[in-house]
Amino acid sequence: MSDDASPGRAHGQLLLREMLRIRRFEARCSELYQAGKIRGFLHLYDGEEAVSVGVMQALGPEDAVVATYREHGQALARGIPMGPLMAEMYGKQQGCSRGRGGSMHIFDRERHFYGGNAIVGGGLPLAVGIALADRRLRRPALTACFFGEGAVDEGAFHESMNLAALWSLPLLFVCENNLYSMGTPVALAEAETDIARKARCYHMPGEAVDGMDPMAVEAAARRAVAAIRSGSGPFFLECRTYRFRAHSMFDAQLYRDKDEIGRWRQRDPIAGLQQQLRDQQLLGSDDLAGLEAGIERELADAVAFAEAGTLEPVSDLLRFVTLDKVPQ
Amino acid sequence: MSTAAQRLSYREACRQAIRAAIQADERVFLMGEDVGRYGGCYAVSKGLLDEFGPERIVDTPLSEAAFVGAGIGAAIGGLRPIVEIMTCNFSLLALDQILNNAATIPHMSGGQFSVPLVIRMATGAGRQLAAQHSHSLEGWYAHIPGLRVLAPATVTDARYMLQAALADPNPVLVFEHIMLYALEGELDPGVSAVDIEHAAIRRPGRDLSLITYGGSLPKALSAAELLAAEGIDAEVVDLRVLRPLDDATIMESVRRTRRAVVIDEGWRSGSLAAEVCTRIVEQAFYELDAPLARVCTEEAPIPYAKHLEDAALPQPEKIVAAARALVGGRG
Amino acid sequence: MPSLGADMEAGRLVEWRVKPGDRVQAGDIIAVVETQKGAIDVEIFQSGVVESFLVEPGREVPVGTPLARILGEGEAATAVPAAPAPTPAATVPPPARSRVSPVARRRAVELGVDLAALSGSGEEGAITLADVERAAAPAASQDRAGAMRRAIAAAMSRAKREIPHYYLSATFSVEPALAWLEAENARRPLPERILPAVLLLKATALALRAAPELNGTYAGDGFRHSDDIHLGVAVFLRSGGLVAPALRNADRSDLSALMHELRDLVARARSGGLRASELSAPTMTVTSLGEQGVEVVLPVIIPPQVAIVGFGSIVERPWVEAGAVVARRVVTASLAADHRASDGHCGALFLQAIGRLLQEPEKL
Repeated sequence: MSDDASPGRAHGQLLLREMLRIRRFEARCSELYQAGKIRGFLHLYDGEEAVSVGVMQALGPEDAVVATYREHGQALARGIPMGPLMAEMYGKQQGCSRGRGGSMHIFDRERHFYGGNAIVGGGLPLAVGIALADRRLRRPALTACFFGEGAVDEGAFHESMNLAALWSLPLLFVCENNLYSMGTPVALAEAETDIARKARCYHMPGEAVDGMDPMAVEAAARRAVAAIRSGSGPFFLECRTYRFRAHSMFDAQLYRDKDEIGRWRQRDPIAGLQQQLRDQQLLGSDDLAGLEAGIERELADAVAFAEAGTLEPVSDLLRFVTLDKVPQ
Repeated sequence: MSTAAQRLSYREACRQAIRAAIQADERVFLMGEDVGRYGGCYAVSKGLLDEFGPERIVDTPLSEAAFVGAGIGAAIGGLRPIVEIMTCNFSLLALDQILNNAATIPHMSGGQFSVPLVIRMATGAGRQLAAQHSHSLEGWYAHIPGLRVLAPATVTDARYMLQAALADPNPVLVFEHIMLYALEGELDPGVSAVDIEHAAIRRPGRDLSLITYGGSLPKALSAAELLAAEGIDAEVVDLRVLRPLDDATIMESVRRTRRAVVIDEGWRSGSLAAEVCTRIVEQAFYELDAPLARVCTEEAPIPYAKHLEDAALPQPEKIVAAARALVGGRG
Repeated sequence: MPSLGADMEAGRLVEWRVKPGDRVQAGDIIAVVETQKGAIDVEIFQSGVVESFLVEPGREVPVGTPLARILGEGEAATAVPAAPAPTPAATVPPPARSRVSPVARRRAVELGVDLAALSGSGEEGAITLADVERAAAPAASQDRAGAMRRAIAAAMSRAKREIPHYYLSATFSVEPALAWLEAENARRPLPERILPAVLLLKATALALRAAPELNGTYAGDGFRHSDDIHLGVAVFLRSGGLVAPALRNADRSDLSALMHELRDLVARARSGGLRASELSAPTMTVTSLGEQGVEVVLPVIIPPQVAIVGFGSIVERPWVEAGAVVARRVVTASLAADHRASDGHCGALFLQAIGRLLQEPEKL
């Protein structure tokens, strides 16, 4: 933790609150999954919250986000309301993708959130195109593209890095390096395990940052975004992090031992920030209780919203397979 | 402007279509491998870089996944890209992007995003380019909900389908058969647009329907002439739109002729021809007076040697033989 | 499992009366089935060899469940499925199926064309649309009805235009005839019972022997008497129109034979199976609208014949016999005759003869 830095009371508490919202939301999702309310794949972000929360601080409302399939954190940190997000988990038509996407495919046009993409690396070319459109249409926006270190193994990653650099596009590559692509550790998947170095091959500035420290992530993201907005082309940010839970709900975690998880839990970004804010007299017990209570209310409302949601009529199954006009 | 019919090649018609589209809408640009300096693998975009500059005629690296995906992202982001893939064999490198993103995002996002993208690609055999440059995969793409799949087979369709495709809010794939590029035809000055909904009757006939599209259309028309010499009056249906199929035109033709041969340069198994035949059986079974027949590509990779390539593909003689067998019992 | 009653849903197989390998003839009893109504024999409707049993005794199965597989003549044994197939058709091997195109099959139904009678001109002998339409062209049912109407119109117009009809009517008691017939029928098995109409026909035929001026044809060269008495019988067709084919030598057939011939003639008239000669043969015709509740029929002569008799309903009426009013069943016979060939006197004697003959039914 960068103990010497001080985020200030309000911003420090905001970072903590944003991370806690994600943590609590997902804990409830896990519970609802086991109750059968949520089905399909459910990939939890537990432990990685600092990455999304940190990066999103650097983005403006016009910027675009291309997400992964482990994107509850990216979605919440981007500002997608918890109610429609939970309704989407329920498969209800009040969900942010009308129940057609589920956990892995969160979309929100208003917030320029271009979807959780469940093809590893599949969102990278898309992000290149969105950035290309922004530049061609002279919109002062950039695109933040999230992906895991597993996507780095894909050809689409290298093709996209090359195109973005070649065309000098306003694109922030955010690699969430949680050390495992499903069950395969980085060392068994990468000839070059220093992911950030790969950017150099494309003449792209790159930086690795402690993904367990929201303030460090935010600071790095702000530097990257400033560089991109200055017109210097894309930027590569590797956030070194760890997921505390299994890859998905159906994972016995045979590939890593409990000690390792325990060691990483010592670096829990939420506990860490909490401690730091306390140490810096920026967070009292009442503050924390108020914060927790607010999140519990938001979560209860979200679950109630999802429960009360309705199922899209089956007669609408084919709706949106093709569209009658380009949505504005 | 002259009102006289203009005679031009299919290739030139494609080029005019791109030029007109770029002139008409500043959001439109052409992107693909060697579309600029080289002038396009099949010379379709020759000269356009000089005319419109590198913002509108964009050479890409050999990165099908990335530049097709970028086309999808650009379309979502508000542009109207025309992405060219050199041949449909190469499109497999971008299949993930086409299926998992372009065809899927509108539905998967609950209608929040559309992908108004046009992807042009060359398809088909006949130039001895062997197995990795000669296949006809449009039938695969026609399998995918969310896409519109076009097969212009005439100079007029080559000239005007693109503008209709660009006006479509959904991803449209345009398959240009390599043997058609050099084909010449008249451009009717009275036509300034075509629809991308309907099949077309290219030759009316009474005795049977030859249902085909793209590069097989000239072969079917030749076959119809050969059949006419035998007293068999064949109707030739050009599907034009491979997805969604225009069932109505197909069924109307079959109801008139009661016999059909479907000609498709794809491989027989699981082919577009199989789909057309199934729909006929589903919708017009009681109109049929003979079994349906198909003339497809033989089930082998397209070989290099000329005689083998010819043998692998649908040919007028094969179409004639299939038609003759069906009409044997004509009263 | 055969359906042995409309309310039967299932039956229990009690026993097999045959065993695999046995040769069976259509009509053989092959099994016994117990139903709500008791044990019932199961008859086989085809000949062949019992290949295998699909249901074991003791099992209750729904109606329609195949019980056994029978191989038809010349059929090869098939692999026996472990479980009974749920289709009742499995016990009846499909007949060798001719190739018929779908549209030809549909059109054949529309046109009433019998596909079995056609040979196909299509690939491998398939029957095509053109084959069906060719077969239907001369006798399409619509055309047939229309053509019959036109033929009747022409014949009846000619009759009323050319034939000077005279009409006579007489009412007879048929009490003795019916009493005799009832006694006679009581002795006969159901299929051999005789309808009252047959008595009327036979009486008419016999009466004609004494009225040669009424039996024959009138042509350009005048009346030509016929030695044979071929009695035309007007048959109304369900599809519209009527035909009047002949009961040949009706005066010489006994009642049983006449009954049999009449039944056959009506059936064939309605199924379209008449021979042309039967239609041209009549020397006089009888028509009856009794079943329709008509008392008096004044018919029109069918040219070139010269007479026709119409019978009304047999009805019960007050009747005077030996000075007393009694209830009697009576029938009114009307004669329409061609005045060019006969006179009323002849006609009157003829009707009288019919009445007399009906009083002595045992002599018919």
